[in-house]
Amino acid sequence: MFLLLFLLIPIVAALLLLFIKSNASSNSVSIGAGILTLIGSIYLLMVNAGDYDTSWLPVLNSRFSLHLDGLSKLLILLTSITFPAIFISTKNNEIANRNIFLSLMMFTQAGLIGVFLASDALLFYFFWELALIPVYFLCSIWGGEKRVAVTFKFFIYTFLGSLFMLIGIIYLYANTADHSFAIDSLKHANISGGQSATVFALFFIAFAIKMPIFPFHTWQPDAYEQSPTAVTMVLSAVMVKMGLYGVIRWLMPLFPAAFLAHSNIVVTLSVIGILYASFIAIRQDDVKRLIAYSSIAHIGLMNAALFAHYQIGVQGALVQLFSHGINVLSLWIIADIIEQQTGTRSMKALGGLAKKQPTLAILLVAFSFANIALPLTNAFVGEFLMFNGLFQFNPWMAALAGVSVVLAAIYTLNMVQKVAYGEISEATNQMQLPNKNAQMVLIVLLVIVFFTGIYPQPLFDLTADTLTQLFVK
Amino acid sequence: MNAIIVSTLLGVIMMFVSWLTSSPKIQRNIGLAGMLLLILANLAHLKGWWVIDIDTKGMLAFNPIGLFANLTLFILTFIYVWINGEEIDKIGNHTADFYAIFFFILCGVSILTSFNNLLMLFIGIEILSIPLYILTGADKKNLLSNEASLKYFLMGSFSTGILLLGIAFIYGATGSFHLAIPIINPKTQMVKENFLMSAGLILLFVSMNFKVSAAPFHFWTPDVYDGAPTVFTSFMATIVKAAGFIAFIKVFEIQRLALGYSWSIILSFVIVATLLIGNITAVFQRSVKRMLAYSSIAQAGFMLFALYGNSIFNTEALLLYIVAYSLATIGLFAVLVKMKDYSFESFNGLAKKHPVLALLTTIFLCSLAGIPLTAGFFAKFYMLNALFTANAGTWLLIVAILFAAVSIYYYFKLIQVMYFTAGEPAINEVNKKYELKLMVVAIIIVLLGLFPSLLFNYLYF
Repeated sequence: MFLLLFLLIPIVAALLLLFIKSNASSNSVSIGAGILTLIGSIYLLMVNAGDYDTSWLPVLNSRFSLHLDGLSKLLILLTSITFPAIFISTKNNEIANRNIFLSLMMFTQAGLIGVFLASDALLFYFFWELALIPVYFLCSIWGGEKRVAVTFKFFIYTFLGSLFMLIGIIYLYANTADHSFAIDSLKHANISGGQSATVFALFFIAFAIKMPIFPFHTWQPDAYEQSPTAVTMVLSAVMVKMGLYGVIRWLMPLFPAAFLAHSNIVVTLSVIGILYASFIAIRQDDVKRLIAYSSIAHIGLMNAALFAHYQIGVQGALVQLFSHGINVLSLWIIADIIEQQTGTRSMKALGGLAKKQPTLAILLVAFSFANIALPLTNAFVGEFLMFNGLFQFNPWMAALAGVSVVLAAIYTLNMVQKVAYGEISEATNQMQLPNKNAQMVLIVLLVIVFFTGIYPQPLFDLTADTLTQLFVK
Repeated sequence: MNAIIVSTLLGVIMMFVSWLTSSPKIQRNIGLAGMLLLILANLAHLKGWWVIDIDTKGMLAFNPIGLFANLTLFILTFIYVWINGEEIDKIGNHTADFYAIFFFILCGVSILTSFNNLLMLFIGIEILSIPLYILTGADKKNLLSNEASLKYFLMGSFSTGILLLGIAFIYGATGSFHLAIPIINPKTQMVKENFLMSAGLILLFVSMNFKVSAAPFHFWTPDVYDGAPTVFTSFMATIVKAAGFIAFIKVFEIQRLALGYSWSIILSFVIVATLLIGNITAVFQRSVKRMLAYSSIAQAGFMLFALYGNSIFNTEALLLYIVAYSLATIGLFAVLVKMKDYSFESFNGLAKKHPVLALLTTIFLCSLAGIPLTAGFFAKFYMLNALFTANAGTWLLIVAILFAAVSIYYYFKLIQVMYFTAGEPAINEVNKKYELKLMVVAIIIVLLGLFPSLLFNYLYF
């Protein structure tokens, strides 16, 4: 029951926001609801909330069933941290029709939480789409210059992917003994090895587009660049995790044989993607695009570790799901502050941030270290374990993927150098007083970065049950 | 039998109502009351409260599914008239005549949902079609409307000829007009090959495809839909098309066995051609009305899936699809009627000027595109599921999905111009009451999108 209430918080807030015209009160409603979900998700960490299960579509035998395990808890926590952080840090940005904007954001949050909770395939698909549709409107209305075309590409791309998944779901459903969408029934669907490989491919396309991994990534840099930054934060911090979550929750348990049979291909694709994205990131001048490509590289590594399918690597990926979300969110917040105050994202035009706003510069440096996975930061834990798993799978792959760490250091430090150091540029000179709200959020996030970097045990404990289920038969 | 008799009587009454009163408003209300009466009469039949029983020598057979289909189509017609009543008044100066025509069409619909004999099929289709030729040409002074009517009449009568030839062949093969179960050879478990029978069925198939505007027999559709007065296009594209499909599935759910394996090949060809032509051509349309005409062809491709297998599930799926598609299309045409011209540009900036109307249009479009939370999603879902139970090839599903993604393109193009393009929409006055009526339709769509079983519960209990 608590799960249902938890899911309803953002929905109620979203509906409420439609009727609030004033900016100040819509801000407080959104932040209030965001913090309420954060408190709720922390409560979920501590208390073992029971599953929620009720009849939904009796004709199809689909149930409204929500299930909570370590992985869901982790990602719900990430979602609940991300949204209030976004609301607080972008509180003073100028956005037309702010209440509609925030309402759509809240709907997205509800969709995301639903995706991480659903244990019925049809319900999962439902939330999967529910998370996408508000984003379509958010990006198309409030995005950059080329927003409509870019968002449309993004929308059709991901929608096509999810339609493939829908076929896969129906395929499995038609072959279950009890005609049910429940994950346990789908596991025992009566299909041959060849069919299993087909359905695996149908699901995989949906997840691969969402993550995205090479060669399905072409929508991403444009979409990140053209979206309003608040939405980009959601997209890169949480939404791409939907794809990885899908792999862990659905692909691994449903198609164990097909999963292992395709691991070579997928790992190779991921590694190509990692190197490709890293090299492109080096050449970028736009801060937003740089972070976007860096994110593709990181996601690719996580996917490679998942498909390598060694317990230690998967453990790393689980931790990294959370850490990457926190790090990339923080980098976006910083990029947003810079863009809001200087009016540019081009690194050529920036410089001298350390002299103008030392606190922000220190934060930028700290999160950049986290982005290149320096020891003591949270990303180090995840990446170390992931490389470990990848090495056991295939040392060559690990070595190739390892190059990306060096490349990450090159482009990230290059960015830090151009943005934070040097003479104060004209654009940087325009910067006004520091954005206190955002800095407060960033400091909280920094605490999380170092805490989980130095003492990651809580994250391991949290995901232990998911890992046991995946690896102990 | 109730529906057939009551609708005929009401049709005759409506022809003479203009003697009683010349006010279009009163005539419309009498028409609406008549429709309620028709719904009640049919409901009485469905529930067995009151049944007119006439011995038709087995030419008509009433089963719950057919009666339920009647009920659905009558309610859809009621909603259609309730929304579009004022617009219908504006066309011609004999409002009551249109209502008479509607009742005659509904009489044809009730025959098509209950025929058990190919002659009745023929009569039903004729009763349905002839009033439609009149409706298409209702806008007497508009040349396009005249052209559309003539085109429709010529093509329609030609296809009826084919239908008749097919029926004659089948009569030649079996010696009966009744829809009988094909004789199965006990040794091979196959249907006995019979050339006349196969030829007759294929002619029947062609003619039915014409009626539901499936490719490659769809050429009349865009011109007729475009030329006919928009209110009547809405009627033709929804209720009439739906009745055609119900007749289609009724003929072929058993008779397809006589065609053996070639049935699935022929049907797959028609489905793929319909999806391809409908969707790809819709992408390039500049006029929303023509886009909707092609989209209705494309949607017919999806509805044809119901013919693939023969389980009860298919008829259910078809009914849900009909309801979802018809509600959304009625809604969209009701918005279109209010536009000054039908280009995409005329929708520019609609969201700024009429936020509610734009939101409703978005819901209708999402339902047609099959986005979750709308009835259209479950309609598509049921159809895909029906294909699975019929053991269709996966390639057909993938083709269907690819074209569903294409359809997103042209439906969302309209959403884009409404929301993301600035400009002054070319729209006539829309009052609150009209928006409220459309809102009811949208709410039904969303409700069915959350609980599609609402429709089916009714079927069983």
